[in-house]
Amino acid sequence: MSDATERAESVEEKRRAQHEIWVSGTEERMPFAASTNEGSQEMLPRDQDPALDIQRGIAVDDDFVTPERVVSAERQIINMGPQHPSTHGVLRLQMELDGETVTRVKPIIGYLHTGMEKTAETLSYAQGPTNVTRMDYLSPFANELTFSLTVEQLLGIDVPPRADAIRVLMTELNRVASHLLSSATMGMDVGAISMMIYGWREREICLDFFEKVTGLRMNHNYIRPGGVAAELPDGWEDDVTNLIKVVNAGVDEYEELLNGNPIFLDRTLGVGVLTPEEIKQFGITGPVARASGVDWDLRKAHPYCGIERYTFDVPLGKHGDVFDRYKVRIDEIRESLRIAEQVIVTIPSGDYRTTDPKVTPPPRARIGESMEALIHHFKLFTEGVNVPAGTAYQAVEGPRGELGCYIISKGGARPWRMRWRAPSFAVVQALPVMMTDSLIADVIATLASTDPVLGDVDR
Amino acid sequence: MAGVSSEPGFLLTTIEKGANWARTRSMWPATFGLACCAIEMMGTGAAHNDLARFGMEVFRASPRQADLMIVAGRVSQKMAPVLRQVYDQMAEPKWVLSMGACASTGGMFNNYALVQGVDAVVPVDIYIPGCPPGPQSLMHGILSLHEKIMSGEIQRSTGLV
Repeated sequence: MSDATERAESVEEKRRAQHEIWVSGTEERMPFAASTNEGSQEMLPRDQDPALDIQRGIAVDDDFVTPERVVSAERQIINMGPQHPSTHGVLRLQMELDGETVTRVKPIIGYLHTGMEKTAETLSYAQGPTNVTRMDYLSPFANELTFSLTVEQLLGIDVPPRADAIRVLMTELNRVASHLLSSATMGMDVGAISMMIYGWREREICLDFFEKVTGLRMNHNYIRPGGVAAELPDGWEDDVTNLIKVVNAGVDEYEELLNGNPIFLDRTLGVGVLTPEEIKQFGITGPVARASGVDWDLRKAHPYCGIERYTFDVPLGKHGDVFDRYKVRIDEIRESLRIAEQVIVTIPSGDYRTTDPKVTPPPRARIGESMEALIHHFKLFTEGVNVPAGTAYQAVEGPRGELGCYIISKGGARPWRMRWRAPSFAVVQALPVMMTDSLIADVIATLASTDPVLGDVDR
Repeated sequence: MAGVSSEPGFLLTTIEKGANWARTRSMWPATFGLACCAIEMMGTGAAHNDLARFGMEVFRASPRQADLMIVAGRVSQKMAPVLRQVYDQMAEPKWVLSMGACASTGGMFNNYALVQGVDAVVPVDIYIPGCPPGPQSLMHGILSLHEKIMSGEIQRSTGLV
């Protein structure tokens, strides 16, 4: 190392050491340089990097036949994130660049770790949906449904058919809202900013309906163990019919805007390819898997909430590139709207939650008449729902893929351990395979097309 | 135009008022989306709610070009130093809006992972309640910040935290 660089480094060190930050909750101050260094999570030197084999195509198929490139001395490592407009959350990517070519990628996660699985151990089963709905904040209904189905499996109860239909309706509309946002941000990331405006225009209609039903635009806490929180409001059929009409028209507009657009096609065709073998090796599910032609949809493979009663297709892609992922999502919006259409016609009448007194509190009028009703009411509101000991796993097809919840109960009103299977996590770990040997501009398009939600990855 | 005098006109104001008026009318936010609140922040910037009415639609990716940091979402212990770095990189005058229950107090997550209120890391001007706050709440917070700026002095204390 020359004297000049040594001097420059010591100056830089001094400058960084001057910045100090507070350690939260204490009077202690931490030198700044030490506080943002993530140690062994960061990119290692080439000869020590165990991930290099995977990225180079030894463990999985390499999409590109790369000749032994003359490695220039000007290789640089840059950070993208954790604060970056295109990372869709607080994902941090360390990239080693050779000119404009990405030679190595290392995703660093954990910037949104909220300790939700631990918090769940202190919350009762009735409070649980409040917690889990904030995990994947773009698919709150799917999170609540997964949790509720798992708890119901432990309890061994069934919910009334009307509750099932409401659950299907809400989760499918949630898929629509999520895919609308995904298409909107993806359009923005590859340069079509008008797509952002259009996507949000239709999403607002979905959010308005959610607000009418649940009282909140996001984080609804609507689907709960035993059924749903409330009956659908009067006139919901008209709202959903209008929503289906408007969103379908909007989706047609997106396709008109993007499908033949030469800039969009140049940025997306053949970019960020995943083969079906890679999909299986990394455990990727959802639209990303289906875009590679892997025909796996839990709504068909392991149906829940009676979703097998509705007619719908599973859109598949062929090439597994960015464009196919966009197209699969657009088609899925249409299929979900088809399901919503059928729900309006076929929804059965009846209760919107189970009448099991061990789960649902008795009606107010019964408490004055019946001693047993009073006891049930008291027990439910002091202890909560008592769940027998056991373990249960349940997965649903969320907007991002297989969203699973595993609960260990040792009896009592709180889970002993809760663990989630996050679809975004599988996608994030496959990012190096998609991005290595591609251009740096393609990194943005690839990341946008996989649609990770960091709340889902980190929890 | 009829009725317009050809005499040159004049306007009386103080430098403070003029400067503060200019600051509130084109306040550029830094993109600092973290979690659920970030989605509502995007929604506020989109067509339906139209943050452009307040001259704020340009979310800047670079903190050097931004005046306002909207901390939208839960701040984990790992994220706190990064947040502070972004704040340090912003040029004065700068303001911080803490959006939502998690950023303001830790919200429902009173545990090992979250910073219990972002005011432990950066000085906060306005707190917005809600989980997540809707676009109307965010706009109300922004307008409250405008009022605060208009009633203040030009110079802002640079004493940190």
